[in-house]
Amino acid sequence: MSSTPVIKCESVYKIFGTNAEKMLQSANGNVDAKTFQDAGCIVGVNNASFEVSKGEMLVVMGLSGSGKSTLLRCISRLTDATGGKIFIEGQDLLAMNNKQLIELRRSKMGMVFQSFALLPHKTVLENIAFPLQIKGIKTEESIKKAIEMVELVGLKGRENYFPRELSGGQQQRVGIARSLAVEPDIWFLDEPFSALDPLIRKEMQDEFLRLQGKLNKTILFITHDFDEALRLADRIAIMKDGLIEQLDTPANIVLNPKTEYIRKFTEEVPREKVLKIEDIMDSNSLGQSENSISVLKDAIIETVAEKILSQEKSVNVIDKNNKVIGSVKPSKIIQTVFGGRKENS
Amino acid sequence: MEKIYKYPKATQWIFLLLVFFGLCFAIDVPEGYEFAKAGTEFIDKDKLDQTKYSVFWRLPAFIAWMPGWINESVFFLLNDWAPIEYFDSDIQETKTRPVVLHITRIVSRSMLFMIEFIREILIGGVETVVAFTSWDWIDANPWAELPGLPWTIVAGGAILLGHKLNGRNLAIFAGITMFYISTFGQWKPSMQTLSFVMVAAPISFILGLAFGIWAYKSKRVENILNPLLNVAQTMPHYSYLVPIMVLFGIGDHAGAIATIIFATPPMVRLTLLGLRKVSPEVIEAGKMSGCNDFQLLFKVLIPTARRDILIGVNQVIMQCLAMAVIASFIGAKGLGWNLLLALNQLRIGLALEAGICITLIAVLLDKMSLAWANKQINYFENPTFFQRNKYLIIFFGVVFGGYILSYIGTFYFKEGFNYLFIVPHNKGISTEAFWNSGVDWILDNFFDPLKVFNTWLITEVLIPMKNAFLRMPVVATFILFMGAGYIIGGLRSAVVVGSFTLFIALTEWWDRALITMYMATFGVIVSGILGIIIGTLSAQTKTSIRITLAVCDTLQTFPSFIYLIPVIMLFGVTDTSVLIAVVIYATIPATRYTIEGLRSVPTALHDAGSMSGVNRLQRWLKIELPLAFPHMMLGINQTVVFALFMVIIGAMIGTTDLGQYILKALSDRQGTGNGLMLGLCVAFIGLAVDNLIRTWADHRKKLLGLD
Repeated sequence: MSSTPVIKCESVYKIFGTNAEKMLQSANGNVDAKTFQDAGCIVGVNNASFEVSKGEMLVVMGLSGSGKSTLLRCISRLTDATGGKIFIEGQDLLAMNNKQLIELRRSKMGMVFQSFALLPHKTVLENIAFPLQIKGIKTEESIKKAIEMVELVGLKGRENYFPRELSGGQQQRVGIARSLAVEPDIWFLDEPFSALDPLIRKEMQDEFLRLQGKLNKTILFITHDFDEALRLADRIAIMKDGLIEQLDTPANIVLNPKTEYIRKFTEEVPREKVLKIEDIMDSNSLGQSENSISVLKDAIIETVAEKILSQEKSVNVIDKNNKVIGSVKPSKIIQTVFGGRKENS
Repeated sequence: MEKIYKYPKATQWIFLLLVFFGLCFAIDVPEGYEFAKAGTEFIDKDKLDQTKYSVFWRLPAFIAWMPGWINESVFFLLNDWAPIEYFDSDIQETKTRPVVLHITRIVSRSMLFMIEFIREILIGGVETVVAFTSWDWIDANPWAELPGLPWTIVAGGAILLGHKLNGRNLAIFAGITMFYISTFGQWKPSMQTLSFVMVAAPISFILGLAFGIWAYKSKRVENILNPLLNVAQTMPHYSYLVPIMVLFGIGDHAGAIATIIFATPPMVRLTLLGLRKVSPEVIEAGKMSGCNDFQLLFKVLIPTARRDILIGVNQVIMQCLAMAVIASFIGAKGLGWNLLLALNQLRIGLALEAGICITLIAVLLDKMSLAWANKQINYFENPTFFQRNKYLIIFFGVVFGGYILSYIGTFYFKEGFNYLFIVPHNKGISTEAFWNSGVDWILDNFFDPLKVFNTWLITEVLIPMKNAFLRMPVVATFILFMGAGYIIGGLRSAVVVGSFTLFIALTEWWDRALITMYMATFGVIVSGILGIIIGTLSAQTKTSIRITLAVCDTLQTFPSFIYLIPVIMLFGVTDTSVLIAVVIYATIPATRYTIEGLRSVPTALHDAGSMSGVNRLQRWLKIELPLAFPHMMLGINQTVVFALFMVIIGAMIGTTDLGQYILKALSDRQGTGNGLMLGLCVAFIGLAVDNLIRTWADHRKKLLGLD
């Protein structure tokens, strides 16, 4: 890595319980959830190490109780990690005093919550302006900025509504606008769309991708929805019982699930909707195909499957500059979509 | 035999009752035992020497020495303990006095100063100036006094404030209130009461908020505060008065202090409750917005908990006005004092007018404080200087106009009183004659039926009930209470209830406590039945729910004394009056909780019931009642506390229970110990019942999966 990663975790532990720290020390880096539980401690996060680089979106996926939210709260220091090190842009997060932490949050961090966590006594506008006012920015200026944010998330005309007067989707738009008001570099989203209806969720994901395309923040996104993770992520970390089971790109996770647990998630995934041509192409067979038809490497399989399957020979894969970078056989498509499934009677 | 295993609880109850009644019949009244009698005879130590009776009948008064000991301790603290030197500015020299006395004097003086200051802004006077100078200086400079405001200005100010806070309706209400107060000649006492409330209420609010926050932050503080709050909220108002009188003397400040002690606990409770309810995500959102501790508290936690805190403010204001009457026992001037006087002279019309004044002020202050807290800012309008300061400018206009009017008044009303400045106390309109003739008319026409009812109630219901309570041997009472505790909440509850009862049994007022219990029990039973019936009936449609809750809200704003007025009107000075007041007062929480309980039954269950084809009665019996019952029992819990308070207040019109003794302690310089101990007795009755009902309701709610 050339530049410092924006977020860096080194064997982060979070253990709940009275003697957590002592137990962790004596465990000597070998934490077993069962023994801890017998001692009255609950392991929230177990030896998490990873890096997130600038502009990257890391999605942490796990079922409830897997420790994903706890991990996020350790990195935002809403709870203190029991062990390990966390660096935000090279600064040691756990060594910061309260003042530095507040400064960091005021300037660099924004967070969106599952249940929106809007202040019930403030209007849309006041909620969005809240972090700015907390920073000490004048009312007039903060309201001006808040109006900008209202437009960004498409809530124009509802500035003076109270949260209770808005639908879930609209409330979360306010939550998003609030978290972006201070123009943070790091954006935490804790299951932001889980409390929404499926249709609204889809709409909000699109909206979210649009915003991210515009803003290019460093993102830590928590979800329990595997499809959502696949849709949004640059990389996915799958957690179970506090451990990160696998951390990889969506394609690699779908194609090479590391454990049986992850395989269960990937089994039902419609791969043609998730994978890109790039993920399944053969890059060693440069220029071997004489076929005149070519597909873009970023294309989702589903969108070009018909085109490729109508051919008998391999199809060229090109990048944005029309340079051929590989090829893909029609049989590969069939193998990807239907292969490797268990036979069910 | 099978049934015993099938219904273990029912069997336990039956067994308990059998033992209880068995003991009642087995233990006879000892010969020569003197029951507590009507009237206010002083405690005859010989007759009350319970040691000569069997311990099964009455426990010996082992802690009869405690009141005396408390008195001595207070006197020691006040007069001898830890003297310090201080500078007396009146006589310009250094003196010594004990630290407690010093502190209480400082508190008294500053409290009094604040009250006088507000009071004299409103109605004029010299005390404020005196506080900065001296009486001699005032004598030399007779011009130096605060002039006071003509009532037109205060009324105009109230209307403007009402309009600024909540638009036309509140303005109209403020206008009506002020106009009523003025024309009925209640201006001066009303302003006295108002000035007293305007000091006591903010102090209670701030204290309550501070303690609530502290308890929120520290579990230990909460654990210490909790029992104190419990006792403070169940001690009858009267019993505070004696110690406050001893410590702080007599006057408005003492009344204010008593009020603060009474109004703060609900504020603490509700603050804590509200803060607890703030969702952790909202707190995290605040932290992630970069709040420091201070910002988190004042910009996130408190505003988010606003709903409960506002209920607390409302409670504070209500308590302050409810205490207005009781505080007048220790010298608070104003409406309360007038009301008390009128009640004592049985001038119903006058009492009613003063009572309406208190109620109007209470409702007005309540509405204003709510509106103030709900005010929002519009960021989109761009007001001009005039728009921004509209109200201030109009207010200056009102002040100017008011003075001009009152100046004109000096020419117009040549002799005596300037009605445009202030309508003196006995010069306003009065409807007293109307009310008196109303009472006369009722008595003329309904004297016989009322009397028949009254006599029937007293001879057929109350006296037998009272005798039955007094006839209980102490050991049977213990077995009943502790057994109930054991069945409901296990050993822990049994011990708690037992120790509360033991405390009362070891004082010399066990008989009196039994009378209090009988009156409260009667009140609770009747109000419970009434409340459940009214609540159930009005829970049928949305409109009737709204109406009934609105009525409950309004009735709860009435200071408790008000309830005595109409019943004395009808039944004269008897136990019946007190009990009817108790019933009316205590029915309010029973009704409210019944409605709330019935409303909280999930719709899905209603639908399930409908699909099973239940009829109305079945729905009520099989679905609504079982689910709503735990919540309704919490209402009964409130009813008990309300009933106890009213019973004690009823001592004013001559009952023979603990209240009578508390009242007597008030007129006794050595009454501190008695007042406190009697107060504790009443509080402990309330707390014992509270423990039983709450344990049961919690248990039941958990079983039903509510909450």
